[in-house]
Amino acid sequence: MSDLLTIENLKTYFFKKKKVIPAVDGVDLKIKKGETIALVGESGCGKSLTSLSIMRLVPKPGGEIVEGKVNLDGVDLTKLTENEMCKVRGRDVSMIFQEPMTSLNPVLTIGEQLIEVIINHQKVSRPKAREKSIELLKIVGFSRAEEIMKDFPHRLSGGMRQRVMIAIALSCNPKLLIADEPTTALDVTIQAQILELMKGLTKEFDTSILLITHDLGVVSELAERVVVMYGGQVVEEAPIDSILNNPYHPYTDGLIQSVPSLTGEIKELHTIKGNVPSPDQFPKGCRFAPRCHKAFDRCFNEHPDLKAISDSCSVRCFLYEDKQEEEEYNV
Amino acid sequence: MSKVLEKEILEKESAGEPKQEILRVTDLKKYFPIKSGVLQKTVGHIKAVDGISFSINKGETLGIVGESGCGKSTAGRTIIRLEEPTEGKILFKGKDISHMKEKELRKQVRREIQMIFQDPYASLNPRKTLGSTIVEPLNEYNLYGNQKQRLERVGELLETVGLDSSYSNRYPHEFSGGQRQRIGIARTLALDPEVIIADEAVSALDVSIQAQVINLMQRLQEEFELTYMFISHDLSVVRHISDKVAVMYLGKIMEIADKNSLYEEPMHPYTQALLSAVPVPKKHGATQRERITLKGDIPNPANPPKGCVFCTRCPAAMDICREVQPILKTKKENHSVACHLFE
Repeated sequence: MSDLLTIENLKTYFFKKKKVIPAVDGVDLKIKKGETIALVGESGCGKSLTSLSIMRLVPKPGGEIVEGKVNLDGVDLTKLTENEMCKVRGRDVSMIFQEPMTSLNPVLTIGEQLIEVIINHQKVSRPKAREKSIELLKIVGFSRAEEIMKDFPHRLSGGMRQRVMIAIALSCNPKLLIADEPTTALDVTIQAQILELMKGLTKEFDTSILLITHDLGVVSELAERVVVMYGGQVVEEAPIDSILNNPYHPYTDGLIQSVPSLTGEIKELHTIKGNVPSPDQFPKGCRFAPRCHKAFDRCFNEHPDLKAISDSCSVRCFLYEDKQEEEEYNV
Repeated sequence: MSKVLEKEILEKESAGEPKQEILRVTDLKKYFPIKSGVLQKTVGHIKAVDGISFSINKGETLGIVGESGCGKSTAGRTIIRLEEPTEGKILFKGKDISHMKEKELRKQVRREIQMIFQDPYASLNPRKTLGSTIVEPLNEYNLYGNQKQRLERVGELLETVGLDSSYSNRYPHEFSGGQRQRIGIARTLALDPEVIIADEAVSALDVSIQAQVINLMQRLQEEFELTYMFISHDLSVVRHISDKVAVMYLGKIMEIADKNSLYEEPMHPYTQALLSAVPVPKKHGATQRERITLKGDIPNPANPPKGCVFCTRCPAAMDICREVQPILKTKKENHSVACHLFE
């Protein structure tokens, strides 16, 4: 399988007065065709901003992509003009947001909103677009699609609105679907419906999904590979099995262990001490060092690089430096 | 004389039992009127809470789970009397507080039942320092002598919840979500309450911070013998913190049981579906669970289905379910369920 999206050394900074805030600081990411990748991390780690950078929707003024390449199927998105980018959005890359309540237009019917997207990106007549819209609504599980077309968003429940969002996102068969916390605002039973739906989509349309979430349960449902972010950087990248059973980075380990279990019994939850640092106050050295229980002197003074420690796993941590050298020696 | 005797008997009884009942709710109902037309006539009712009964013992935690709109928050707010109950009794330490006057409430109840809210960003006044926010309940009840002693107490409280006592001169915007939730807890503790109703207290927090706050709440429970009513939609968190768990759907309790009994042998089809819907990180050795995907959404609470409220989505619905409303009945030790399957 070829790579659909490659991000190289992406840096998105915010400029506020005289301060420079490195919200996304050198992210590398690869997504193959038909693959689902999860971007995991706590709030403020830069995961949403990475996705906004791909879409070139970084909040302006203040935010700017200062360095790096975003290659989608051979086209560098960072070099496109705004007009060209408009054509890419929705057609090649589309996005589902966390809040289905606020991302639909309240004064337009569901039908209008779907038809608009289809007419904008494809050369079809209005009746054709309408037909296609109804078809899409059926795909995402509405049995009364014709009636839903005439409904306004406020008439639908959260789960239904999120399905409408997915229908809009799919309307032009995008190559890449970015789902930013698609189920966080939904109840578990509705979440289960949406996850089933998204799982089906990757199989049926061969769409790649970049899933952004903090819920490791959702991740293990959908994703094949996981990228863990902390402080605007990737700290670990590995297949899902490896992450859950054998996490390398102390942060990943802490993240997994602090989730209370649905089945087992634990007396006290594992915690990561302290708080997520805000991007303008990153410590010198490793950004996780002040909260890390395994930190040693070197962690506070030097900044570790992301290094591969096996074929599929890479980690940004000094603890595995020896292992990396061994690997190199063997090669 | 007889009153004194009664009191003695009560005390004797409670001394014999290891756990004392502190809160009992019987057949509590809260209906919101739906108004319509020019004259704002009441045309119907939203039955947010529709006849729930349970009891909590001192030092225990009752978890209440359910999807949004099931009435779990309204139940919490009605028990603390932020909403007037439509019907039913709320017994706090044997006293009926369901229709107590506001003045009486302030004197007797408000100090002892406190609430932690979901949104740590919205529940603190942005223009007040932490000190003045936390000292407010102490002033209200004239506790701890003079202002200086009260401020000392504030410092103590901040340290109890793991913050520095010097923070009392700072404003809420200087703190992160987790820290703000700690501040909320400190304010709750200021009056030495016995019962704390925590409404989605950790839902807005990141997992690593969530774990810190849960551990803090458990530590405080042991330290001060607190009783919690923990309202949440997160089934894993509820399992972790609760002793007993009640599952709500459309204003009714569908199942209530000891947590292990409920999580390991759920009886009600809704509980089973709810538990199976939670995505769990699949580690090696974890058994593959079968998922029951429920169809559709929660029905409109203004117009709930006739019979069992869950019958429209239930995979095991029978004819009787669409006609007769099932009653919550004890089926096993400490395990009650409202379902016709077990009649």
